[in-house]
Amino acid sequence: MLNALLSGDKPRSTILAVVLVAILIALALAPFLFPGVRSLETAARICIFIVLVASYDLLLGYTGIVSFAHTMFFGLGAYGVALASSHMGRGYDALVVGTVLGALASAVLALLIGLFSLRVRAIFFAMITLAVASAVAVLVSQMSQITGGEDGLNFQIPRELTPALRLGNLFGVNLSGKILNYYLVFGACLLLFLLMLRIVNSPFGRVLQAIRENDFRAEAIGYRVVWYRTTATCLSAAIAALAGSLFAIWLRYVGPDTTLSFDIMIDVLLMVVIGGMGSMYGAVIGATILVLAQNYLQSLMGAASEATAGLPLIPDLLNPDRWLLWLGVLFILSVYFFPAGIVGKLRAGR
Amino acid sequence: MTAAPDHRPTMHAATLAQRLDRAAPYLLIPVLVVLGYLAIGSTSSWLTLTVSGLAMGMMIFIMASGLTLVFGLMDVINFGHGAFVSVGAFVGVSVLLALGHWTGAPSLLLNLTAIGLAVIAAMIVTGALGWAFERVIVRPVYGFHLKQILITMGGLIVIEQMISVIWGPDEIFFARPETLKGAITFAGAALERYRLLAVAVGLVVFIAMRLVLTRTRIGLIVRAGVQNGEMVQALGYRLRVVFIGVFIAGSALAGLGGVMWAMYQEVITAGMGEAMMILVFIVVIIGGLGSVEGAFIGALLVGLMQNYIAFLEPKMALISNIALMTAILMWRPQGMMPVVKAK
Repeated sequence: MLNALLSGDKPRSTILAVVLVAILIALALAPFLFPGVRSLETAARICIFIVLVASYDLLLGYTGIVSFAHTMFFGLGAYGVALASSHMGRGYDALVVGTVLGALASAVLALLIGLFSLRVRAIFFAMITLAVASAVAVLVSQMSQITGGEDGLNFQIPRELTPALRLGNLFGVNLSGKILNYYLVFGACLLLFLLMLRIVNSPFGRVLQAIRENDFRAEAIGYRVVWYRTTATCLSAAIAALAGSLFAIWLRYVGPDTTLSFDIMIDVLLMVVIGGMGSMYGAVIGATILVLAQNYLQSLMGAASEATAGLPLIPDLLNPDRWLLWLGVLFILSVYFFPAGIVGKLRAGR
Repeated sequence: MTAAPDHRPTMHAATLAQRLDRAAPYLLIPVLVVLGYLAIGSTSSWLTLTVSGLAMGMMIFIMASGLTLVFGLMDVINFGHGAFVSVGAFVGVSVLLALGHWTGAPSLLLNLTAIGLAVIAAMIVTGALGWAFERVIVRPVYGFHLKQILITMGGLIVIEQMISVIWGPDEIFFARPETLKGAITFAGAALERYRLLAVAVGLVVFIAMRLVLTRTRIGLIVRAGVQNGEMVQALGYRLRVVFIGVFIAGSALAGLGGVMWAMYQEVITAGMGEAMMILVFIVVIIGGLGSVEGAFIGALLVGLMQNYIAFLEPKMALISNIALMTAILMWRPQGMMPVVKAK
């Protein structure tokens, strides 16, 4: 049963298994274990980023393609839900229509980009996605009549998913629609994650790994590399869009900064590399560590910065706004020394 | 005794179609300029826009040339190139601000001296930074594109953050030197002085680069290295050393581009290099990775296109570049002038 659920890809390391189970339990029981608005926000963010990062890993870690347009697909999903909800009125049909259309649009756009750039040279893909993603981000902030511009869009979702619905009290926690919404996010993310685990451990996923290791040889064996690369791009884009839709439903808001900005792309890159490329579990570890760090480490750095206020330069380096500096250093070091990330390290040290 | 069989080699001049095909990238620029004239209609605004498009194109070319050569020579793709643009801009502007009484004086000589010093300082710092970057960041990942992209991206993040640490996180506003402010009027069109200077500097850099690449021994080695690196090494040249030189020169040129772009915008931010990289990548892709001439034509096309479209339909400016790139890749999937690799 467990083997079937995990598609035969077990953690293969005791520590990793323990950590993964702990994360699963913590996320499954988050509203009860860590009551409070902030911790629930953090838990939902972790769920959504696990899916987003895992879908990126499908591309980067399994197929060996670098894309900088992943937040564009994430944003397309989010804007799909927001636009559908604001035009069709609040309701589940709007959520479903927006989600499906967002995922479809992402897949089609990914197909177009893939056909253009993957046909010639995989390295074109990184540059072209960077250009297209930045153009889309500019377009979204300029077309303010449709997308709300820089301010973004607030929209309404069915009442059952908002704090307005009260269901009573359980273990001292007020049950509200927000908690239902959290479980919607959690359940959908778990399903999507297991689906991706299935994909990468299928014969299709095996071919992707072969292409990553040696595309020339994969082509020689008779696999159409372009077709596989493009399919992986489309799949990854569609799943990123679904994650974006969930994010929009959770926040009841979309804006360029929360869904399209390049900062999120950098976050996703850091999560994949630090967690471990080429393993879906890496996404879980990376997303959890980085989201927690974003929320809690920055206050720690602020304290450290104040404590060293008398010294030259050091307070500036420890300023909470400079935390990307340290993550960047960590990123470079991990690409050099642990290309398989935390998960690879744990699995090797078994 | 039979006559000699008739299989002499047949020779004929290239047909018109073949010549057009070869010259097509060069012809695109006049075609675009004429199209722009037809679409805009007014001679004076067309002239203004053409000059500013050329100026922008020249600055983008200066930034892109190093990137494309580095790729052609060593197959290294440097996503951190934008960081050199930012660093160059910050160093150059710091020098300009420090020489405030020279830039504020209404004397062309003093102004140009101040700019020259700023450019030299920026190029020295970015060249040194490029050398360090090559040593620390790029050298361990030769031959792995995926790791190169990731590592250089990490380098970009770190350098941008260091700029924020050193110069503070806020954008810096400053004024251009006194004699470069304002515009001169020519045939009813206002041509900004600084843009004319930028066009001149860009042309000088391009011509100097062409001369070095085509007329000197080191240029010969670089061109041969781009076509077939192994053969050049087999002949006894240490291509690694040449490559380091090219990397440093490319970084220094990015620094020069950064100073020029900073004076064009009159404001600098740590993220400016990253934003410029998008245009630089478009230019490098449509020109053909590794080709300096291709990058030059691509940069002028992008600059002109951006200025014409921004005048005609402001919201479409950035999209127009993507459209241009798409059209050119449909026409020539490897870019306009792909480098022929003898492998």
